[in-house]
Amino acid sequence: MALDPAYLEYPRRARGMDHDLYGYSNLFERPPVVWAGGKTVAVPIVVSLEWFPIVPEDKPFRAPGHMQTAYPDYRHYTSREYGTRVGFYRLLDAFAKVGARVSVATNAAIAERYPSVIREIVAAGHEIVAHSTDMNGTIATGLDEADERALIAASLDTLERVAGVRPTAWASIARSQSWNTPRLLAEAGVRTMLDWVNDDLPYRMDTPSGGIVNLPLNHELSDRQIITVQQQSAESYAEQIRDAFGWLDGEAQRYGGRMLPLHVTPYVMGLPYRIGAFEALLAWLAAQPGAAFETVTAVTEAVFPAI
Amino acid sequence: MREGAADPGLYDFRPYRDRARIAWPEGKTVAVWVSPNLEYYEIDPAANPHRKSWAKPHPDVVGYAHRDYANRVGHWRMAEVMSKHGFPGSVSLSVALCDHIPEVVLDANARGWEFFSHGIYNTRYSYGMDERQERAIIEDSIRTVRDLTGQTIKGWLAPALTHTPRTLDLIAEYGLTYTCDLYHDDQPGPVHVADGRLISMPYSLEVNDHYGFFVYNMSPRDYADTLIRQFDRLAAEGERSGTVMCIPLHSYLIGQPHRIGAFEEVLRHIAADGRAWITRSGDIADHFLANDYDAAVADAARYARAV
Repeated sequence: MALDPAYLEYPRRARGMDHDLYGYSNLFERPPVVWAGGKTVAVPIVVSLEWFPIVPEDKPFRAPGHMQTAYPDYRHYTSREYGTRVGFYRLLDAFAKVGARVSVATNAAIAERYPSVIREIVAAGHEIVAHSTDMNGTIATGLDEADERALIAASLDTLERVAGVRPTAWASIARSQSWNTPRLLAEAGVRTMLDWVNDDLPYRMDTPSGGIVNLPLNHELSDRQIITVQQQSAESYAEQIRDAFGWLDGEAQRYGGRMLPLHVTPYVMGLPYRIGAFEALLAWLAAQPGAAFETVTAVTEAVFPAI
Repeated sequence: MREGAADPGLYDFRPYRDRARIAWPEGKTVAVWVSPNLEYYEIDPAANPHRKSWAKPHPDVVGYAHRDYANRVGHWRMAEVMSKHGFPGSVSLSVALCDHIPEVVLDANARGWEFFSHGIYNTRYSYGMDERQERAIIEDSIRTVRDLTGQTIKGWLAPALTHTPRTLDLIAEYGLTYTCDLYHDDQPGPVHVADGRLISMPYSLEVNDHYGFFVYNMSPRDYADTLIRQFDRLAAEGERSGTVMCIPLHSYLIGQPHRIGAFEEVLRHIAADGRAWITRSGDIADHFLANDYDAAVADAARYARAV
């Protein structure tokens, strides 16, 4: 027995990446980024605000955090709703205490079902990032291109109608894209996407429909990864973020501005026994001379004034 | 190996007692080698019938981008910390990285790091290869590394730890002297091959950063404590007969901003201890082959007679 001879052929084995989405770039050799006010580390905070239908869909895949038991899965349906009804308000209060403007990656279903939540986000000066339609709105290769284009449009249109502003940033569910996603997002006028986790600063992708900035929303630093997947405490999460800040602040002295994105989930971080650690972390960050809470769009525009 | 036999016949049993004493240079008790995996994962690899590569339909954005972080960010951060504390790397190399991103390989070479092969890509598996195909990837590895770096590889860590029953015989035939694929000991030892001499080099899955963070779900500081405990124990036991400690790393994990600071403390601890022979895998192999190989064979024969 042998493998198909093609298995030992490497058609993309050449200088650069094995795809055409973006080129290779070394973070430490780029022109230094300068943040306003001499800050060293921009801290964009992204909150995922999600609605999980109690009837989950598996095409193209079932979203993380979705229903798990046989129908009807009250425990997961209501636990996720807890995040939106209660936990999210704890987070809003925490942001207000430190004067942080954040980016809320919102399913369009939240706007349709709970428009007052959107109005409250906008009134507080936070940014709406489009985050698909609802948690059945997953994207992966295999999703028909026309369906994906329609899903992106439905999300942007609904959020614009309720928020009064058309989102220019996008977060896919589970950061999952098809081969078409960057092009379809650029085509829809999206300037910033949060899906590719291969860098510590935003970088540009070029698509046949124009340029788009990818702002790497580090999944390793998310509450879902550290608390839900790795089963660590909120205190450990906060310690890890402080350690990351310390390191990046040091690097910024030599290499220019750095970015520390926080990605939090109301049904994870908004629980009574965790929110205190998160509030303390925000207070600590606010006290760091080099830290600047920024929206993802503000960070993108600082790095790429014209795109 | 004995293909199909219940005991694959990889090596002789030698209990961790009454072994010929290994004496590392300058009276050091533990040989410490740091092993960064410098890898390239393809975004759309050919399918191997025996193992799936990505969990998601291609592109698996998080899986791919997370690993791409290594070459854009993680390697540079990790390598600087290693050099600062005097630790060379012994690189488990996806040799196609020489073609895609030679900057990373040349940086490692300039730092005095050693390379051994980790296959062509970490998304091309050896399962199912016939002898001719397996010879092709060994010859490709030797040629590719020599062409870019001038180094002749001495060791092998199977791509994504995928083997065939003939791998060890073949690498020995091509003049390689050590394998990192066997986890049965804290000291090097002879491996049975058809021709020539091959030794096992203690690598480690248990203290591999991937296991630390994604199997045991450790926090960065817990992982650092684990490495220090591993070192302190092996350094103490090495008073009796020299031991080996490998620290296998992936810079997309250890090079994250929340982890690198804790890891730097580990290097500081080991460098300050005084008992460590801080070296490279090939140097350990050379030393063992020159001084200890024959005695280990004699130990095994003595044990077999005594049983």
